[in-house]
Amino acid sequence: MKPAIPTTRHQRSTPPAPVSSFPYHPGSLLSVLDLTVDGVSQLLIRATKLDNEDPIVRDHVLAKRRIALLFYESSTRTRTSFELACKALGADTTLVSSLSSSIEKGESLKDTGLTLRALGAEAIILRHNSSGAAWLLEESTRLPVINAGDGMHEHPTQALLDLRTILTHLRPGLAGVAPDTLAGVTVMITGDILHSRVARSNMLLLPRVGARVLLCGPKELLPEQAARSGPDIEIERDFDAALAQSQAVMMLRIQAERLAGLQLDLDEYKRNYQLTGQRLAAHAPTAVVLHPGPIIRGMEITAGVADGVQSAILEQVTNGLAIRMAVMERALTAEDGGRA
Amino acid sequence: MTTLAICGGRLVDPAAGMDAAKDILLKDGRVAEIAGPGKLKNAEGAEVLDATGLVVAPGLVDIHVHLREPGQAYKETIATGTAAAAAGGFTSVAAMPNTTPVNDSPEITRWMQAPERGALVRVFPVAAATRGSKGEVINDYAALKSAGAVAVTDDGRPILKDGMMRETLAAAARVGLTVIQHAEDTRMTQGASMNLGPVSFKLGLRGMPPEAESSMVERDIRLVAELRESHPHLHVAHTSTAAALAAVRQARRNGLRVTCEVTPHHFLLTEEHVGLYNTHAKMNPPLRSAADRDAMIEGILDGVVDAIATDHAPHAMHEKEIEFELAPNGITGLETALGLCLRWLHNEWKIPLGRVLSLLSAQPAALLGLKGRGTLTVGSFGDVVVFDPKAEWTYLATESKSKAKNTPFDGWAMLGKVRWTVSEGRVVYGGA
Repeated sequence: MKPAIPTTRHQRSTPPAPVSSFPYHPGSLLSVLDLTVDGVSQLLIRATKLDNEDPIVRDHVLAKRRIALLFYESSTRTRTSFELACKALGADTTLVSSLSSSIEKGESLKDTGLTLRALGAEAIILRHNSSGAAWLLEESTRLPVINAGDGMHEHPTQALLDLRTILTHLRPGLAGVAPDTLAGVTVMITGDILHSRVARSNMLLLPRVGARVLLCGPKELLPEQAARSGPDIEIERDFDAALAQSQAVMMLRIQAERLAGLQLDLDEYKRNYQLTGQRLAAHAPTAVVLHPGPIIRGMEITAGVADGVQSAILEQVTNGLAIRMAVMERALTAEDGGRA
Repeated sequence: MTTLAICGGRLVDPAAGMDAAKDILLKDGRVAEIAGPGKLKNAEGAEVLDATGLVVAPGLVDIHVHLREPGQAYKETIATGTAAAAAGGFTSVAAMPNTTPVNDSPEITRWMQAPERGALVRVFPVAAATRGSKGEVINDYAALKSAGAVAVTDDGRPILKDGMMRETLAAAARVGLTVIQHAEDTRMTQGASMNLGPVSFKLGLRGMPPEAESSMVERDIRLVAELRESHPHLHVAHTSTAAALAAVRQARRNGLRVTCEVTPHHFLLTEEHVGLYNTHAKMNPPLRSAADRDAMIEGILDGVVDAIATDHAPHAMHEKEIEFELAPNGITGLETALGLCLRWLHNEWKIPLGRVLSLLSAQPAALLGLKGRGTLTVGSFGDVVVFDPKAEWTYLATESKSKAKNTPFDGWAMLGKVRWTVSEGRVVYGGA
């Protein structure tokens, strides 16, 4: 039976998309999207300022404030860097890791967060293997929560330190950023984009300061929908062609722990996507090379490139300290925090 | 048994082609008489409900609910789940077998219907298709049917193996039972917690491709076609993708007995409603793309959708207050279905009231062969919902009769407020 109902397909109204109430706390940094461009700029300026500050003066910025590091995943760089950044500002830190706490006994993230709050934690830095965990923790505790990596989702402080590193090389002397600071600059991100929180945060941050992001990798690790995550994101599957267009080259690790049954021919991967000295010299002889670490030498990058003159990999690590000082200062002092 | 007269209302009974001002008399649990307005208000010994300005319709029929008993009473019980059903205007609910233990026996099927369960409305158990819903050994359908099962399914899990699904369809056809399939090729959905697409990529969540649903529906339809001679009835539960709906539409054109249901959340919401990891927007099948959502609306408009069902899936608060990927699937739905259907299907998208009510009562009742349900002709069960079609109200999960509060519709505007729900002649919601 054919009902006599006019088709109104194109003007049909439907329930609106939900409005987010995150972040609840102005000091939180859950996503790079929580920051305005001006907010990013302020963080970069404060990072430089704190980096150059007299250590004795710096020690008073967050003197005796209590910060908890809650880590559900192993980490070298991020954990140490956050911890040193907090301590450089005079804060007291405590580390809770999933393997040596009541999390092993089945305590939920919510209860762990509430317990830390009851112990006087004023901010929580969270690394978690599940995407979105930082949002749950912030909603449960209403404390400033710093997302230090949630599953395959975001790693905002990494994107900020990558931006600082790129600026040092391509816009030396510049303190802050504006929407056109990186106009004309192409940053390529190569490798396991699908499972990478570093890629997601960079893809969302860099175009907002004028850069074009070029994603490179095989279909299994770089689905077409990645280009639809935001503006100024494109895909170029040919590694050499992508290199030739880029002033900054970011390499990513193949995340064996997240492949979940995906079959990948590693020899073929290396043939197509490994950053070698030869390739770099041929296609991007002046580009700055970045890698969030941990690097697997001989896999996505050769030892020669990692240790070479174009590499800024260790600068990134050092920049992490400065950025995280600024982020923690904002977390515990900012009134509106440059919120988006 | 009391006698109940519902007088002065607008009687809408789509199965009987009735939409007129009528009084209705319920006696001994059945519809005894229908008469012109004002004729029955002095019926002898009758308690009278004044339905002036209200719609009087067959009690709603939900063919897909999870009442969680036996075994998961901390989420919901048959008593609390049917109380929520009554509050939502439902008088018949088909209870899925993914309980603990799985309802794969005549004993559990009978236990669920026993008066001790305290059900406020009629519960029709749907039994497991295979032992323990493990997809390996087929159950005794004749015994389950005589114990009261109205269909078989391994809901929550699909019957993956072709041979097992074929055997299930054939065996169910022999005893005249419907096979309800939760269509999901789980080989494509490992570790996934939402729809696969740009949103899942952005949120860093593994996604379920729409093909996981549609390929299974297409496979099932192929099997129904092969078994055409024995007339199996396949019912596709909670259809969520345009491709699956297209397959059902084509199967029907080919004369196969394939039906489907759509939930309110799949015709209203999209993957965007997951927002920032809202576990109250996590269910299986997941909220899909806007194109899929629009296809569900088209399917309701053009008639390929046979029924609206809620997939009422209550969970305890603490189970949903965890990481999105770890949270269980499912949302409640019994108390919001009518209000959402009237607000959107009827008021916004202009589907006539009778057709909306038919999708919520006459059609699902006919689909599962629930005799005397979903209609108010004389002799039918005295299952009635009386509601104010003009009343606008806001749904508050905290006021739910269900044990669970896991709904994405908390605080949503609803249209059409239930005044009374009557199950087999007894007022089970709304008081006198």
